[in-house]
Amino acid sequence: MKKFTAIYGRELKYYFQSVTAYVTMGIFLILSGYFFYSIFRVYNFLSFQAARNAQYAEQLNLIDGVMRPLLSNISIVLLLVLPLLTMRLLAEEKKLGTFELLLTYPVSDAAAIMGKFLAALTTFTIMLLGTLLYPLLLAIFSDPEPGPVFTGYLGLFLMGSSFIAMGTFFSSLTNNQLVAGVTTFGLALFFLIIGWAAPFVGETFSKILSQFSLLKHFDSFSKGVIDTQDITYYVFLTLFFLFLTLKSIESTRWRS
Amino acid sequence: MIRVENLSKFYGITVGVRNLNFSVERGEVLGFLGPNGAGKTTTMKILTCYLPPTAGTARICGYDILENPMEVRKRIGYLPEKNPLYMDMRVTEYLEFVSHLKGVPTRRIDEEIGRTIGRCGLEEVPHRTIGKLSKGYQQRIGIAQALIGDPELLILDEPTLGLDPKQIIEIRQLIKNLGTERTVILSSHILPEVSQVCTRIIIINQGELVAVDTPENLRKRLKKASVIHVKLRESTEAHRAGDIVSAVEGIMMVKEAPSEEGTMHIIIEAAPDRDVRNKVAFAIVESGLPLLEIYSEELSLEDIFLQLVMEEEAH
Repeated sequence: MKKFTAIYGRELKYYFQSVTAYVTMGIFLILSGYFFYSIFRVYNFLSFQAARNAQYAEQLNLIDGVMRPLLSNISIVLLLVLPLLTMRLLAEEKKLGTFELLLTYPVSDAAAIMGKFLAALTTFTIMLLGTLLYPLLLAIFSDPEPGPVFTGYLGLFLMGSSFIAMGTFFSSLTNNQLVAGVTTFGLALFFLIIGWAAPFVGETFSKILSQFSLLKHFDSFSKGVIDTQDITYYVFLTLFFLFLTLKSIESTRWRS
Repeated sequence: MIRVENLSKFYGITVGVRNLNFSVERGEVLGFLGPNGAGKTTTMKILTCYLPPTAGTARICGYDILENPMEVRKRIGYLPEKNPLYMDMRVTEYLEFVSHLKGVPTRRIDEEIGRTIGRCGLEEVPHRTIGKLSKGYQQRIGIAQALIGDPELLILDEPTLGLDPKQIIEIRQLIKNLGTERTVILSSHILPEVSQVCTRIIIINQGELVAVDTPENLRKRLKKASVIHVKLRESTEAHRAGDIVSAVEGIMMVKEAPSEEGTMHIIIEAAPDRDVRNKVAFAIVESGLPLLEIYSEELSLEDIFLQLVMEEEAH
């Protein structure tokens, strides 16, 4: 446990002592802030229109009008930003050779991987907490339903953790950070849009594709629904890639 | 302490090491000698449980590297060839990190770091960032991280690579001091280094063991003749020296060597087990020749090494 904490602590310190965390967070928050601004302005405009149409006004609410589009846009920004956060996790140490040294210490592979994964996850969580400002602003000036905001964030957190697990895995495959980042981005994007082909591939296959889709599972979270199926999907995806990472490190020993 | 049995490692069809057998006793400083690519680093990586062997195994402190890697890893300190360090960390911060990873109890960590810093001569830089220190300091930090946790066995891969002569001497002295209280394995392709620091030498070439012995025994074993050099002041008389020396009992061959102006240089070979220095000296002095210098030639490790490697290749 102490060994895990040491690795976790070092990774976290790395993020926050170098500019990495601040640049990534800064860009993430600027982009999501801009999304919030634009979405809110549109919602504002629609509200004025709705003032003249009572029937239309009933359909308008902050969750569907602001939070859902905001969170789904944030999920796209995460897709771009999280690979930048995870690409160095193992690739950098492999390149520097410190990873070899780490593997000769009496530390289990699992402790090393979990330390790194959780440090990235923590950084991501802090980043995500920064965006709570927007629902907070909504709550000050209006009254959005708290439930769907909470589930929406839970969904983003789970989605982010599966991205980070993917990133950790790809970072364990190479000593080239760029390759690790690009492959993570590619696979994550693919998982996001995999459902697009669902309508055209026949019934059985369509079911499979849509079950794999990151978006489909995120959708119910943003609506305010917590379904065990969706939670299981993200948790499974995360654990699966962490397991692959473990195996990939074991195999590096045998291959090199 | 270490028992290596039929250890082999193949990278695909390339041989890393083949059928290594040797053992190391507690308190020895073992030198691994061989040309680049001979398999020194491979052997060390296997002993540190980083690489699994293709065949064979090794036991370190009674634990098998394949069955009990965690127990083995607790007992070794390893300095890899490239000396990888976290350049963004400060010296004490890094050593504290390593202490945690090696499972040093929290209450003993400060003491452990203080002790290690003292041993490795890092007193002047404990709060500096590693990346900003000189190569010599970085090498000491590499050795320091290996020493953390007081391991019974130190494995140092090319510990003096890339250092300047002064730093090399310092690091060698450090290793020598370490060797008095624990077992050390170090690799090098610099022969004088190995002969100065090590109590025993293993020579490997192309992945195979060529010789294991003490530096003295290796010298003795390969000595085909004892060679004596004699230098005289140049004179018409001096040319008789060859004949005078040849008359001494036990001399096998006498030849003249090129020499600087005003002197004369004769090389004398005698049977390997006979010391003829004193007889030669007397013979020359009695004949009244102007003797300047007389010394016997030691077989250098370079010679031993080349000879062994060439013999091996001839087989």
